[in-house]
Amino acid sequence: MNLLSFHHAWADAAMIAAIVLFATVGDVMIASAMRAIGDLDDIKAHRGLLGAVLAVLGSPRFLIGVSFMALSFFSLLFALSHADLSLVAPASASLTFVTNAIAAKLFLRENVDHRRWIAAILVCAGVVLMTL
Amino acid sequence: MKMKSTMTPRRWLVLGVVAITAPLGDTLLSIGMTRVGPVSLHHLSSLIYALKTPQILLGIALLIGFFSSYLASLSWADLTFVLPATSIGNVIVALLAHFWKHEHISPMRWLGILLITAAVGFIARGPSYTETVRPHKELKVETQ
Repeated sequence: MNLLSFHHAWADAAMIAAIVLFATVGDVMIASAMRAIGDLDDIKAHRGLLGAVLAVLGSPRFLIGVSFMALSFFSLLFALSHADLSLVAPASASLTFVTNAIAAKLFLRENVDHRRWIAAILVCAGVVLMTL
Repeated sequence: MKMKSTMTPRRWLVLGVVAITAPLGDTLLSIGMTRVGPVSLHHLSSLIYALKTPQILLGIALLIGFFSSYLASLSWADLTFVLPATSIGNVIVALLAHFWKHEHISPMRWLGILLITAAVGFIARGPSYTETVRPHKELKVETQ
């Protein structure tokens, strides 16, 4: 019985890790694509709404990011069919705030100062508390 | 890496749209799908019927609004600024549910609301954008 619950715990952790990993890669790729494309307000002012839409859709990095977001969504659906909503949803949503901060510092070279670390951790804890 | 504030009242409004449309869109989809009932893999055509449900149509419209505003915000602000700043949406939906639908909010949830609000206040007082200097721009500055 204990071995079974141990396996269940590992399976839950693996599913949550997959959701968080895919969501983080997706967010970072999309943020990186938008940074490379430049200020959308400026593009819209010069090339119109269609020009801005084409600039976004023409970015391979954006399309890869959206694919990873889709993978994260399907992983969430898969996890929800095996584990409790009350565990999977808050755990994945809150952990993604922290992993995004780490990934943004490492890959996007964002200046994640104390203020932003504290904010990420406060939101992470707040999301968990709000789902209790 | 220099940090600067790129926020204007109009950009705060865009972040507000991101914050509100995401949870409201999800809620409307959830209400709409509850009305449609369980969708079986053998009867996927019922998903087309789902598109005729007003709540689902409005939910999809809100989520399109969310995604376009989210993309716009990431073009002028950092990911580590946008995500915490827009998490206030969870608080707004909880407060709407409390005051509008008279749903009960437990002390734990009030604490969660307090933590998220504190995080948003914290992040909003700081810079919003990390300026990354590109190599060729550096050269230009040196030659001037």
